[in-house]
Formats: sequence, C-alpha cells, structure tokens
Amino acid sequence: MTVEERAPIEERQRHADRGLDPNNPLRVVAPSTTFETVSEQISSIVLTRKVPLFWWCAFGFGVFLLIWFIIAITWLLAKGVGIWGIEIPNAWGFAITNFVWWIGIGHAGTLISAFLLLLRQTWRNSINRFAEAMTIFAVMCAGMFPLFHLGRAWIFYWILPYPNTMTAQPNFRSPLVWDVFAVSTYFTISLLFWYLGMVPDLATLRDRATSRFKKGVYGIMSFGWRGASHHWKYHQSACLLLAGLATPLVLSVHTVVSFDFTIAILPGWHSTIFPPYFVAGAIYSGFAMVLALCIPIRAVYGLHNLITVRHLNNCAKLMLATGLVLAYTYAIEPFTSWYGGSEFELALVHNRAVGPQAWAYWLVILLNVVIPQALWFYKVRTRPVPLFLVSCVVLVGMWVERYMIIVVSLGRDFLPSSWANFVATFWDNATLYGSVGLFITLFMLFVRYLPMISMAEVRELLPFSRPGGGTEK
Amino acid sequence: MSNSANHGFVPIEALTNSTARPYWRNLADRDAAFTPEEPEQFSEEGVAISEASRRRFLSLMAGSLALAGLTGCTRQPVETIMPYVEPPENVIPGKPKYYATAAPVNGIAEGVIVESHLGRPTKVEGNPDHPANFGASSVHSQACLMDLYDPDRSKDILNLGVGQSWDAFQIAWEKAIAPVAARHGAGFRILTETVVSPTLGAQIQAVLKKYPAAQWHQYDPAGPHSARAAAMATFGRPVNTYYKFDSADVVVSLDADFLACGRASTRYARDFSLRRRRNGRTDMNRLYVIESTMTATGGKADHRLPLRYSEIERFAAELAAALGVPGSSSQNYQFWTSRLARDLQAHKGACVIIPGEHQSPAVHSLAHAMNAALGNTGKTVIYTEPLEVQPVDQIASLRQLARDMNAGQVEVLLILGGNPVYNAPADFDFAQGLERVKMSIHAGLHFDETSLKTTWHIPETHFLEDWGDARAFDGTISIIQPLIQPLYDGAHSQLQILDAILQFPGRTSYEIVRAYWSAQSGNKDFEQWWRKSVHDGLIANSALPPVNAAPKSAAPAAASAAPAVELLEISFRPDVYMYDGRYANNMWLQELPHPMTKLTWDNAIYLSPKTAARLHFDNQQHVELSLNGRSVWGSVWILPGQPDNSVAVELGWGRWHSGRAGNGAGFNAYLLRTSDALWAANGVQFKKLDTPYPLATTQMQQYMEGRKVVIENTVDYYKKHPNFVADTQYEPKENLTLYPHWDYRGYAWALSIDLTACVNCQACVIACQAENNIPVVGKEQVLARRAMHWLRIDTYYKGVPGEPTAYYCPVPCMQCENAPCELVCPVQATNHSSEGLNDMVYNRCIGTRYCSNNCPWKVRRFNFFLFQDWTTETWKLQRNPDVSVRSRGVMEKCTYCVQRIREAEIRAEVEDRYVRDGEIQTACQQACPTQAIVFGDKNNPDNRVSKLKAENLNYHMYAELNTRPRTSYLAELRNPNPEFLS
Repeated sequence: MTVEERAPIEERQRHADRGLDPNNPLRVVAPSTTFETVSEQISSIVLTRKVPLFWWCAFGFGVFLLIWFIIAITWLLAKGVGIWGIEIPNAWGFAITNFVWWIGIGHAGTLISAFLLLLRQTWRNSINRFAEAMTIFAVMCAGMFPLFHLGRAWIFYWILPYPNTMTAQPNFRSPLVWDVFAVSTYFTISLLFWYLGMVPDLATLRDRATSRFKKGVYGIMSFGWRGASHHWKYHQSACLLLAGLATPLVLSVHTVVSFDFTIAILPGWHSTIFPPYFVAGAIYSGFAMVLALCIPIRAVYGLHNLITVRHLNNCAKLMLATGLVLAYTYAIEPFTSWYGGSEFELALVHNRAVGPQAWAYWLVILLNVVIPQALWFYKVRTRPVPLFLVSCVVLVGMWVERYMIIVVSLGRDFLPSSWANFVATFWDNATLYGSVGLFITLFMLFVRYLPMISMAEVRELLPFSRPGGGTEK
Repeated sequence: MSNSANHGFVPIEALTNSTARPYWRNLADRDAAFTPEEPEQFSEEGVAISEASRRRFLSLMAGSLALAGLTGCTRQPVETIMPYVEPPENVIPGKPKYYATAAPVNGIAEGVIVESHLGRPTKVEGNPDHPANFGASSVHSQACLMDLYDPDRSKDILNLGVGQSWDAFQIAWEKAIAPVAARHGAGFRILTETVVSPTLGAQIQAVLKKYPAAQWHQYDPAGPHSARAAAMATFGRPVNTYYKFDSADVVVSLDADFLACGRASTRYARDFSLRRRRNGRTDMNRLYVIESTMTATGGKADHRLPLRYSEIERFAAELAAALGVPGSSSQNYQFWTSRLARDLQAHKGACVIIPGEHQSPAVHSLAHAMNAALGNTGKTVIYTEPLEVQPVDQIASLRQLARDMNAGQVEVLLILGGNPVYNAPADFDFAQGLERVKMSIHAGLHFDETSLKTTWHIPETHFLEDWGDARAFDGTISIIQPLIQPLYDGAHSQLQILDAILQFPGRTSYEIVRAYWSAQSGNKDFEQWWRKSVHDGLIANSALPPVNAAPKSAAPAAASAAPAVELLEISFRPDVYMYDGRYANNMWLQELPHPMTKLTWDNAIYLSPKTAARLHFDNQQHVELSLNGRSVWGSVWILPGQPDNSVAVELGWGRWHSGRAGNGAGFNAYLLRTSDALWAANGVQFKKLDTPYPLATTQMQQYMEGRKVVIENTVDYYKKHPNFVADTQYEPKENLTLYPHWDYRGYAWALSIDLTACVNCQACVIACQAENNIPVVGKEQVLARRAMHWLRIDTYYKGVPGEPTAYYCPVPCMQCENAPCELVCPVQATNHSSEGLNDMVYNRCIGTRYCSNNCPWKVRRFNFFLFQDWTTETWKLQRNPDVSVRSRGVMEKCTYCVQRIREAEIRAEVEDRYVRDGEIQTACQQACPTQAIVFGDKNNPDNRVSKLKAENLNYHMYAELNTRPRTSYLAELRNPNPEFLS
C-alpha cells in the first residue's frame, strides 16, 4: 500500500477536484494535461485571462514597498550610511544581512533549473522557470546591498579590475573582490540560462498573441524562433551547457559569500564549516522562497495540474534535508568552540546563547530547527497551507540567522571596551522591506508578462513526447 | 607712413572716398595723399582680413580667442584676496613656526609652545623648559585652540544688545564714572577672577589708587578657597602650597585628584610617575587614595578607600592622631589609619599628604600639621608666598558685592572675565543684584549668561591673541605673547580695558605689559631680558622662593559628629574638563570622554551600585535631585567606587548661553550650591522622572571579562617572577605562514605604552584630535557609538563593584605587521608601508568598513556622515595642513602621526643621517605628562622604544592572534602595602 493510498477520502476528493489523480497526486503532471492544454493554460495567463485581483493587490503592495526602497536609497545617498544603525563595532548590519539572505534565496532557483536538469529530475520542468526568475530577482535585490552599503557608493567600480589612470587595482586577497566576481558571474549565467530557456515559450506567446503590439514585442524577444528541429537541437545543447556552467555556481557562490566571513579573524565568522553551512542555508531558504511563491500562485492561477503535490513534497523534502544540515552545523559550532578552546570562541557561544541579543539565537533555533521538523510529516509536506507557513517561518529564520552571524558576532569581539549592541533604525527596516518590495514588483511583472511555467519543458513530460508514450511518474 | 605706399596696394576706399586727394603735385604730395589718417587702420594685419583668406581668418580667430583667454587669466576674483607682496621674513609656507607662550589653566599658567602655520596657531604643545609641565600638556592647554577659533565667541562690543564702538564705550564710561569719581569711586566695583597676572594686578591697583573708594572683588567658583582658609588658620598667612612627588615614597591623597585634574596636575603626574618607575621599576612609590568619588587618581591607587566627603575629615583627624598630631581619638578607620601611619612614619621626609582642593579647610589644616609632623615641609611639601596678587576670601568678597548690589550701592560694576550669573552660589541672588547696577560691564570671550544681564559687553581677546602675563603653580612667571591678531576687531584684553579707564585712550596690551616689566625687571639690558623671557616662555628664576611655614596652632578640634547614614550626602567638584563651566562651548572637551565613566556631552549624578540598588535606580535613570528646596534634573550614573550613601556631581555644566556646543549639555549643579556648603551638603532627595534622558558614553563595557587586556601584578611578585608577563602570553612563531618573511631594513616604527605610568588624564586623546584634524560628532552620534577619536583610553574596573580597582589602557592603532584590516580591503585602501606602518589611503577608500570588522581592537573610525565641518570658517584656521581633512564615507585611524615621521625623515635625508631617537614624537607622546608613550625605530636596539620592548614587562595585547602589533604595552605594576593583606 503506497503512502498515497492511505490518504483519507476527503483528501482524495480534493485532489480530484483540482484535476489531479486522486490515486496518485504525486504525479508530476496531472493526467488530463495535453500539449494543447499546457500551451493554452500558460499562455492565457499572459495573453487572454483577466488579471486577477490577487495580482493587483500583490503588485500594488510590491510597488508601495518599492517606493519606500527608493526613498530610503535616496536618503542614504544624500546623507550617508549613518542613517542606518551601523556603528563601530557593528560596521555591518542589515545591508550585509540582506545581501546574504537574498543571494541565498537565489540558490534554490539555480539548483532546480540547472542542478536537477543535469540529474534528469524531470519534475523540475514545471517549476524551474519561476524558480529561475526568483533567482534573478533575488540576486538583483542582493546586489543592491553591497553597492549601497558603501560609504562612497558612487565609486563602487573601484572594486573592479579595470585599467585606470591611477594604476590602482583591487586587492585580490579580499573576499569582497571574490564576491563581485562570484555574484556577477552568477547573475550573468542565471540570466542567460533563464532567457534562453524561455525563447521557445516566447515564440508560443508570439504565435498566440492577441494584438500586433504584443506579437511584435514577443516576436523580438523570441529571436525568430520557428521550432525547427535544428533550433531545438541547438537549444537543448545550449541549455545543457549553461546548466553545466550554472551547476557549480550553486555551490561556489555561497561558498564565496561565506568567505566574506571566514577570511576575517572575528570569532563567529572565522570558521571552516561556513562554506557547506552557507550553501545548505542558501538552498534551505531558497526552497522556502520557492514554496512561498508557488503555493499562492498555484492557487490563484489554478496550476494544480502542473505544480502538483509531487512538487510540494519534493521541495519540502529538500528543505528538510538542508535544514538538518543546518541543525548539524548549529550543534557542531559550540562543539568546535569548546574543542578548540579559544576563549574568544567560547565567549561567542556564550554570548549567542545568553548575551544581550540571545533572542536572535533562540529565534534561529526555533524557526530553522524546531518548527521545520514538521516537514517529517507527509501531511505537512503535501498540504499547501501548513507548507506555506513553514516556508515563511524558514525565510524569517534564515534572515535572523544571518543577522545573528553578522551582528551578534561583531557586537562582542575581542576587546570588551568596544562592545556594543546593534540597534536598527527606521531606514534599516525601510531598505529591508523595500528590497522585498522590489522583489515582489519584479516577480509580479514576470508573472503578468512572461510564461511563468515552461510550456516547452512541461510538454516534454507528456506521454506524446516520449518514445514509448509512457507517462512521467 | 611710407611703408604702406611702398608695397603698392591702394585701398578701394581710399580711391573712392571723396575726402581723399587723388591728385598730386609732387612726390611728397602724392605720399601725403596716400598716407592714411589712422596708420594702424591700414596696417598689414588690418588689411589682411579683407583678403578673406581662410587660413588668415582662422589664424586670426585662433589668435584672438587665445588672447581673450589670456585676459581671462588675469581676471581677479571678486572676493578680497590677500597679496603676498611682502612676505614676512623667515616664513616658508609649509614650514611651521613655534612660539613659546603660556596658557591659563585652572586659573594659573602652563607653559606652552604653539605651532603656527602661516600665522595660524594650529597646535599647542607643552614648553619643555616650563616647570608646570616640562614639555607635556594638559587637556585644557591642548584644547585652547577650540576656544580661540570658537565661532560662537563674541565679536562685537554690545550695549543692551546693540553693537557699539570702542569709542562709544569710552564715552559711556566717562559719563557713568563722572559722578562716581566725584565720590572718589564709591559705588565703583571691579569683579575679577583670581588674578595671578602681575601686570593685571598692578593695573587694578592703579585703578584703585585713582578711585580710592572703589572696591575690588575676586571670585573663582572652583578656586582653592579651602586651601586659603586653611593657610590663614594654620600659618596665619595665605601661603601657596605645592608638592614634590618625585621625592615622595608614600603619597596619601585625601580626596585630591592631583594626577588628572586640578592645579599643576601635569607636573604632579610627571613627578609621580618618575618616582613610580625608579630602578628598573622595582622601586615604586605607594599611593593611598581616600576619596569621595571615583577619580583617575583613585583608580591609580595602590590602596583606595571610598569615603563620603564628610567622613574624610574624620578620617584625616584619626590619621593625624595616629601620627601623633592632635586629632580625633575615635577609631572608626583603625585598620587603615594604623597601617597608613606606620608606612608614613617609615618614610619621614619622603612622603606627602595632599588634601583635595575642594576638601574642607579642616582637612587642609590637618594635612599641613601631618606633613609638618612627618618632616615633609621643605622636602616634599613646599610653601611659598601666594601666587595671587591679592589673596582674599573670595566667597566673602562676592557675598559683599552681591549684598551691596542688592542694596543699590553699586553704580558701576566692571566684571573682568568669569561668569558669576551662572556660577555664583545660589544663595547670593547675584543676577537680581546685577540688574540694580546702573552701568555693568562684562568682558569675556563669550556673550554668556553674565553678559545677558549686564548693560555692556566687551569681547575679550583670547590669550593667543594678545599680550599678558601669569604665574604658574610655583610662582614662575610667563609673558604671554600672542600668535595671531585678534580675530574680531571688537576684542580687547582686560589690560586694555583697565588702561582705558586709567587714561584716555589707553595703550595696547603690548605697551602695557612691556612698560610694567621694564619697570619691574630691574635688568640693565631690558631689551635683551625681554627678548629672552618672551622667547623662552618664562622669566628665568621667577619662581617664588620657599618660605618657612610652621603650623602655628594645633589642628582644629575633631570633626563634627557623623551625619545620619540614611541622609544622602552630595559633593560638588569642578568638572575634569569643563572646570567651572568656562570650557562649556569647547567641542573637543565636550566630546572628550570622562576618565572614569567615559561620558561625553553631559555630567551625571554619580551613585554607588549599592545606593542605586537601594533607591531602585537603573543606570541612566532620569531623576530630579533636590537639596533644600532647590532642584535640578539629571541622569544617574552608577559609578563603581563611589562611596555608598553619597552623590557626586560635577560643576560647570548646564550652561544656557554658552554657544552651540555647551547650551543644554548636562545639568547646572551650581543651582544647588550655596555659599555655606560650597563643596558638600547633606540631605539630598530624589524623584524619578518619566522622561528618559540617555547619557552618551564611549565605552559600554568596563569589565575585562577575564581577558588579558591589561596585564598587571604587584611589584613584589614581579621581583620574584620577572618573567610573569611572558608566562601568560602565547605568541605564535613567526614562520607559521606560507608567505615569505619580510625584512624591515630601514626604519621599523613602533610604540610602547607603559600602563604603570598612564594616569588617564586624556591629554593624549585631545592632542591626537588636534594634530590629526579629527572631527567632533556630537552627543547623538556618540550615543550611536560613532565617536571619532583615533586614540582612546579604555577604563576597566576589577573586583568588588563598591571598591573596585581601575585599569587604564590607551588604545591607538596597533600597526600590526600581519594586519587583519589590510587583507580584507577590496580596493587596497589600507596598505603596509616598508617601515611597518599600516597606512590608510583616504582617497582610495570606498567605505566597505570590512577593515573595521576585522580589527580586533576596533581602533578604526568611520565617517558615517559628513562629520567634519567643511563650512565654518574659523575652524578651518585650526586644521593641521599636514593632515588630510576626511570626508563622508571614509575610514580613518591612528597613523602614528605619519606626517611627523615624514617630516623628520625628509629632514634627516637632507642632512644625510638617520632619524635620531626621540626626534619624532607622536602627538600623544608629546602631550603625555607621564611619558607613558614612547615612539621610535625598533630596528635600532639603542633606541628607547627598543629597550622598553626588551623589558620583561613588555607584551602585545592578544598576541595569540598573531597579528604582530607594533604597539606594545608594559604590564602594570602596583605596590600594595603587605600589611593590608594581613
């Protein structure tokens, strides 16, 4: 007896209502799906269907926050980074926390689109497009922070190696320079991969466009795609190549980001466990974001047949796995401090647990370790509402974790005379929530104007596209 | 013009013009016919245009445009510019000049050398020849530049708020004084601060001679009133007392903060620390401090006893009895007094008992008696004739003035300096009385609280702007020479004002001082004497000779009974930096952290941890403090080491008309202070206030958390275990790296800080600020922990909170050889120099602040906003032209005063030699009274810094981090009395 068959009657009925296979809701694609219905369902969201109220609300909310972001950045450039709560010793605060958080969120998208492609995990096909879009928007949000947190943001380009009359070059020993390369590479590859994958779908939109204007725009964007077999051939190999390039980035980008901390000698930062710890955390928060995005969108646009319980379940399992890696790290950090015997490291453990900002530590444990244990339960993994809540909890938890790593370590380092607690200001919050606004705005524009699920790749899953005609399990 | 004819060209105009003459009779006539009326008009160039050649046209256009540009070059700016037509002799731009003069600090003179860049005084250093400091300097002389360049200084002579001329003042004066003069000056009063200037004294005497019925009052709110009263009671005359700590083996301080503030503290700190480090630091003096609040001196003590203000008198009486001087027979402090007496008696003639300036006259009398009994008089305790021109009981003097004013008996009042409306005892009703005076004149640097109430205000010149003279603590006289013309035309010196009263139209200060000394010096070659005295910054051999003073009467009877413990006792003391309030608008001093609390921009109500707990006060609780119906609002600061059941507050805060920095900073404790209880009172009451009033401290954490920040031990332990410091240290071997070893071949600059010597006077901090153009950020930004001081002195407490030991740790940049900051900067804005300096390239910095995160000592400072004032003109004058003025978004930090290093290196290179040891002094080192800071080249083993680093006590803070700091510390040694341990 499979797990699914044990499901109660009501739940089977609910799956059936949504066009899913009540006997096997974990099928990647619902049984009634055909080439035609896929194209119609996805393209109609962009081209013909009425824009749902949800979209207007979410977009309006995003724009509202985005306006705050613009105000906050304008004020920041006018006055200086002193408008934030940063000081000495806490010279980094929300900005770098936000940076690490956002860039981590991006990782799930790349993992889904590239890593799982190489691993032939075909269930990724229906969620990779918006996961990849999420990556791009998250990296855009992330990129804002290292740029604007500079004391003199207008000369940010000095960090780049370019020929100049000062004959000055960046310091290649500094992890911040590595960061620039890691993040810019990541953004470039992600953007290319995302766009390249979208070209056939853009052509579909062009073909189905209802007005000349839309036809023109999508026509230009689809680069003259005709669906010829050699197009497909080159497209496939290009996608594979980019996936091959993007896959190591899943591991390398956050490894480099973690170097921002590990290269420093600060207790709480200087730790060899950081690269795997950060990568796991990144994927953890990334999948949380994927779920937090796809669950409401799936409901609003009725995409249950394409984003099935299988997807929810798989994402939740990945969250659970990476969450356990994190839990292990949380456990091993005090151990290495104790084993290492450095008084500063021991003091750090003590400070995290009972210091003035202990709330951050215990919140991290609660949000990242305790609550997500609910994911052991099939019912939590497959039901949208609890899964959505757990995802939100993890997103908040991962932000607090980065805050704890950065601020709580900085506030109490070596010399007690310089100890101080970071206190966030209004503008700190304005930039954090503002960046969320930027993300929501971009994502809502994506949902509205681009095919959020890859029609071409979903079609690949259907029986007709397979030599044996069998359905993807 | 024959030439034009010769080339055969006939202009068309010339031929068709009817006025031309086409016909000729002879050749001469023909030439004349074709001679143009205006020769230039037809010159070759002029003609060429009509040729309309493109090349010509272009070349001419180019030429004329270029010439137009040239005329642009000669345009003068619209603003008035100063042509340097006749450069003063010997002035080389970029080469500063140095002048000796004297700064009035705590009412007496301190010899200073002032650095002048093109006529702008930019930095004050101590005068190496002056006995008050021997080259070191106090915070006040360092900070005096902020007073000179204070943009809030008064600039104009004002009569009831209306600008007037000096002539108008003199006319008004003549009018007002005429009826008074007819009565021989009855109704004319002069109020001054304590006058230690011989010239000013002579002038006042001359005025009193002209107006015999006039009276001279003196009032200094923080002056040595008790010392004077005790001298009168003990010796029958107002002798001046000073101490020689360099020959004192045992020092007992009865509430005297003699190391960090008060008269002659710069010299005292120097002498004390010299004696503390004798014979390779094995022969130390011993310091006992009995005090009513936690002071920098108390923190340095080998044994410290916190006692309430009133108890100190009883303690002194008991100690006196133990020393065989008539005192008190009670034995409340027997544990202390018996041991103390034994230690003192073992060092007869080589010990000092020093009473606090604000302690009661009885304590002073007892101290005189005990010093006499211990045979210290003439050896470690020196008595001289008074420094003041005319010592008076200043409280009585002011009381009489206030009474007469209120009675309407004062018609003309001349207030020279001081601010009595603000700082007169609260029971005098001085301000009301002042309103009844017909013509009241206040001369001061600022248009302050007193100026508001007087009819006339005359801006006073700063001492760097005009001539004067003053005595130092031992009587040495300095002639004060100005460095700069008065910044404001309306400013006059006190000497000038008095001279104008004496004779119309009055002389310049220079003439007055010179005339006085030409009469006084008694030197045949006056010109040479004058030049030498002005040049040296002091008059040779002008110190007052010691006088024989023996206590003529027995010490006063035992002190009154102890007040009930439930009553809270309050003690007032002049602020360490604000003094009596005169420095309130000095931003450097406002932001200079208080030595023990690290508070800036505010005073606080100090309570002991126990008392605060009893009253249920948290730190920074905002309260109403009332005493006999008078009340002030302030925040509580829980001060370890404050005696229980006592409150200490500092005077000099809460000014309401001092200027942009001082207005509203702190609370005005003068409101509680009455003439019968100048320094302490009983029966304070508290009321909690709901409005929070946060205090801005630069150090949130004053406990070392068991970390090896300050390494310390007793001198006896050191003698037995000379290597105890090394035993606690772990410094990784130098080859534990993959990088090749770097050899510092030339200079290797390094700094050594002696923690035994540091007395937390903070002179180094403000010297650093002055030298390196460090901005002031304001209370709000200090609260946000963004103070910019490159050098700070950390104060730590250890032991029981009620009776802690304090440790001081100056923290400049460590200039690590393996600098963590350099590695992480993405743009290479902080780099290592070949001499081992950790250089900061401001222009390259983009402000990631990563370097600060990676600095274990957090010595880096960031310009979170545009902290530096780029607009106020007067402050621009102060800036050191050798140091960049930093802008927003840039990191900065201690450079070991790299500008001084470079200057010396260039000089050495020009003279083809190495930089000599001691040739470069960092600003902090130069200011330090105790020579705790030594800078030099550690590559040369003969240098002082190398020798210090070779000492057993040398250590690197957090050596285990393997950053290899160039700044090292010498562990602190103390010399506790073994008897106290039993």
